[in-house]
Amino acid sequence: MEPILECKNINYSYHSMTGETPALSDINFKLNKGEFLSVVGPSGCGKSTLLSLICGLIAPESGEIIYEGTNITESSRQRFGYMLQKDHLFEWRTIRRNILLGLEIQKKLSRETGAYADKLLETYGLSAFAQKRPSELSGGMRQRAALIRTLVLKPELLLLDEPFSALDYQTRLKVSDDIGTIIRQEKKTAILVTHDLSEAISMGDKVLVLSKHPGKIKTIVPISLDKNLSPLEKRNCDEFKTYFNLIWKEFESNEAET
Amino acid sequence: MKPKLSAQELYIHRQKKRTVQIHIARSLILLLFLVLWEAAADLGIIDSFIFSSPSRVVRCFYDMLRTERLLFHIGITLFETLASFTLVLLFTLFITTCLWLNDRISKTLEPYLVVLNSLPKSALAPLLIVWLGGNYKTIIITGMSVAIFGSILSLYTAFTETDSEKIKLVKTLGGGRKDILLRVMLPGNIPSLLSIMKVNIGLCLVGVIIGEFIAAKVGLGYLIIYGSQVFKLDWVIMSILVLCIIAMGLYQCINQAEKRYLKKI
Repeated sequence: MEPILECKNINYSYHSMTGETPALSDINFKLNKGEFLSVVGPSGCGKSTLLSLICGLIAPESGEIIYEGTNITESSRQRFGYMLQKDHLFEWRTIRRNILLGLEIQKKLSRETGAYADKLLETYGLSAFAQKRPSELSGGMRQRAALIRTLVLKPELLLLDEPFSALDYQTRLKVSDDIGTIIRQEKKTAILVTHDLSEAISMGDKVLVLSKHPGKIKTIVPISLDKNLSPLEKRNCDEFKTYFNLIWKEFESNEAET
Repeated sequence: MKPKLSAQELYIHRQKKRTVQIHIARSLILLLFLVLWEAAADLGIIDSFIFSSPSRVVRCFYDMLRTERLLFHIGITLFETLASFTLVLLFTLFITTCLWLNDRISKTLEPYLVVLNSLPKSALAPLLIVWLGGNYKTIIITGMSVAIFGSILSLYTAFTETDSEKIKLVKTLGGGRKDILLRVMLPGNIPSLLSIMKVNIGLCLVGVIIGEFIAAKVGLGYLIIYGSQVFKLDWVIMSILVLCIIAMGLYQCINQAEKRYLKKI
């Protein structure tokens, strides 16, 4: 099977007047259509940088990112959906108008796309809140609204940058279960960046472990838990613990080296 | 449930009572001031020729409505203030946007803006009048000069303090600089803009009065200067009181607009 996304020998450093900070070094991986990749690593390992590179917000210093056979460009950004750590819903817009933001920017707002947005609001239980302001919604609902804002653009590839880290633990479990299930339903290809191992294992088909300073791939662990289970159900599987220990060990050895 | 409700009612009752008390106290201060002023003038404790008195001010107000076209003077001052306020608003939006779009220009110009902002603008007024002549345009420009530099600096700071993640969001949705400006910067900074406007309206009035002091043949600033030169201090004090009312009215207009906006979102 031809991979949808391929990263070849990517290097990236941040520059400042006081010096150069290598963020990512020699990153190589492939992602197939419909796959869910989790990226874990300690803070400061360049996880978010990786997503910014794939999204085309910044350009790698060397190496190539190939999406469906061609190099990433500014315009391929419109085919990706990016979810940030916080929902960043605009308080000066209603929930519905927040969700239409991407369509407005890409000048794709029409009767059909508007109806699709309403359908998504309906499906994910937010239609009663369409005319409300973001501050009237709970943290979990806001994050769901942020996901709809991304999904309404029908992205082929979803990039999730610790989208649950701003939520409290209980909400976080619920919302990640929610959003994991939604992404499976919509059969999207996705990359999730997180520092939460359980979250990475319960949501991903593969877990990519990054090391610290600079971020290098330590290992990629394929997860073969039953795909029909929801992320929360997966946490109860016996193999879950095995995966957890395996990846935890990689993490530990990582710490020992530095 | 019932005792809880009454506790709530008690709370609301107490809050309302407090508001009423504050309003009464405010009115009392004004009333007391006017009564003491009038009494002191009537009893000859103060010289009403110099200090005037409420009754003289009211009489002067009515006289001047007929003989000196007072409403015309008030109208001119109001027009000049509103004109300079509107122009300051437009220029602030335009220049701040330009500065934000070009980081290098804004860094280059920063010290000049800071100096112009700290400069006492009343020092510029005589020059402006020599350069531009003693007409209403000069006075509008004097009004603008007092407010505009601080206004630009404040809005620019608000722009640069806008959450960079919100900008990133627009970028990830495929937006460019125009989208960032129109969908994040301008709508997101309306609260800052409103509080800048509240400061500006007062500053514009100050600038216009300074301008009228020096160059005008009409306006409240002119009445104040002329009145003091010919020792018609009733004119001066009456004009100052009218200015108080204008300043309060203009401020309240923007304050109400701000309240309505904040309620809406």
